Amino acid sequence: MEKKDLKKIYHNSPAGPIIFTVLLFLMPVFISSNYIFTIFIMIGFYALVCNGMTMLTGFAGQISLGQATFYGIGAYSSAIVTGTYGLSPWIGMIAGMILGALIALIVGIPTFRLKGHYLALATLGFGIIVYTSFKEMKDLTGGSNGFFGIPTINLFGFEFNNDLRYFYLVWVFVMIGLIFSRNIIHSRIGRALRSIEGSEVASDAVGVNIMNYKLQAFMLSAMFASLSGSLLAHYVTFINPELFGAMTSIYFLLMVIIGGSSSIWGSIVGAATYVLLGEILKQLVPMFLPSAGGEFEIMFFGILLVVTLIYMPNGLYPQFEKLFSKFKKKKEKVQPPLQVGGDRVASGGENQ
Amino acid sequence: MLKVNNLHTYHGFLHVLKGIDLEVLEGELVAIVGSNGSGKSTLLGTLAGVYLPKEGSIIYKDEEITNDGVQMIVPKGICLVPERRQIFSSITVKDNLLLGAYHRYQKDKKTINKDYEDVVEMFPRLKQMLDRPGGLLSGGEQQMLAIGRGLMAKPKVLMLDEPSLGLAPLIVKDIMMILRKLCDEMGTTIILVEQNLKAALKVADRGCVLAHGKIVVSGTSQELLHNPKVQEAYFGKSSKKTEVPFNTGKKEVRGKKLI
Repeated sequence: MEKKDLKKIYHNSPAGPIIFTVLLFLMPVFISSNYIFTIFIMIGFYALVCNGMTMLTGFAGQISLGQATFYGIGAYSSAIVTGTYGLSPWIGMIAGMILGALIALIVGIPTFRLKGHYLALATLGFGIIVYTSFKEMKDLTGGSNGFFGIPTINLFGFEFNNDLRYFYLVWVFVMIGLIFSRNIIHSRIGRALRSIEGSEVASDAVGVNIMNYKLQAFMLSAMFASLSGSLLAHYVTFINPELFGAMTSIYFLLMVIIGGSSSIWGSIVGAATYVLLGEILKQLVPMFLPSAGGEFEIMFFGILLVVTLIYMPNGLYPQFEKLFSKFKKKKEKVQPPLQVGGDRVASGGENQ
Repeated sequence: MLKVNNLHTYHGFLHVLKGIDLEVLEGELVAIVGSNGSGKSTLLGTLAGVYLPKEGSIIYKDEEITNDGVQMIVPKGICLVPERRQIFSSITVKDNLLLGAYHRYQKDKKTINKDYEDVVEMFPRLKQMLDRPGGLLSGGEQQMLAIGRGLMAKPKVLMLDEPSLGLAPLIVKDIMMILRKLCDEMGTTIILVEQNLKAALKVADRGCVLAHGKIVVSGTSQELLHNPKVQEAYFGKSSKKTEVPFNTGKKEVRGKKLI
């Protein structure tokens, strides 16, 4: 096997991501609708959270049902640091990320001692505790009435005070997050994480410290969620506990599964699908069912999840990838390099 | 090289290993055979540090490793190829192999590439499939991958847990030949746990039979192949007394045929 070929296998062509990034950052040249910017900003928030969750779920094989908690911890940390104490938003952001990681460590240590999906249960319970705390610690968080007067972010005097500027700020963070995750995945740590998801027995046998890696992945996902929460707080300038309930956590997981947890790009696809379909539903449903409440969203996404799991168990992103490969194949008439981790292999039978 | 004294291991309240004494010399291929539930896999797991024993000691190269966890034992040169291969099915063959060298990534980063190429040369079938996810390989190829992954750890002692499981006889023969070759040409000490008594003892230098958590018979492979006690350990009674379990009308002795 020639070394060149090996390199080709492991480092997919960067054409797709580069085209996407250029188009995204050039978008405001052609579109100047604040509504579109808002949608993209929301996709960015969710994509950041999902990016961390993909590392945790898709690579370390752990499920968290409390990611909105860390999202909330980031938001409230930023709100309190900037709103109550008048410090810089960047300090709030870093404080939120450190706090998120510490809490993930405290929740993770006892949980990862157990085998199986106990993290899902622990984070679900923990999420409810934190949600109640957000509501009841009225002096600190403003309780159910919410926290008002969070300042906008500024960098060396440059104020991120409109949708266009915030669009760039959020997506720069998303892209940095993606590059960071991509580098981790293609390193020894990424291989170790994938090995845990593949077979804990075997990764133990090759000397991978399973508990450490699970903890690190969980802490990393908490930091991503916290960062996203901080950005949200400075964008909407008003937060309340309802934004960080158990339902939000479930939606995050849904985005990761729909987008595809085997690739970090799935986080953007999942977040975009959730936000765009949500917006379309908000327009369409009242036209056909004038009496329908907000619950239709839960029903719709529930059905979408089931359909995705039946027909595209690896999520939407691998489908995009297949399309892109076909297009490339036609163009180059060469077999495209195989996407590592694109398609999961069915388990069971002799091949396990 | 590896000395085990009075080893007792429990799974919860279940007393699985009831005082194992074993010595493995450098460059030897030792087969541990026994029926289901005799404690073979637990013995390998304990030697590899996956399970911690309650009593007894494991001495490796004059150093006690009894209570070292698996993360400490692998870098010392003891590597386990677990039962049912346990391939990382969603990652490629190359990544599966590189994961074998996980613990020495920082130390000998430079030699890993060379070792990787050596292992690939050793298993020509894998060479064609380096970019394929591990789960898409056939059973035999997966077993070769599992052995290759074990070799990437550069072990002094390689332990294999039932490598013949679910494989066709010809593939089993290939795998056994590979193990013999590893032992002869690279000087790797191999501990082989097997149900397939004949296949294992054919290539092994020595063997021991495990029953109910104890070593009941041990000796050279040739001795064991002809020892009636071995059959006794497998079937619970001497082959001479073995009767057809049900009246099927056939007079052949089932136990004899199976071995």
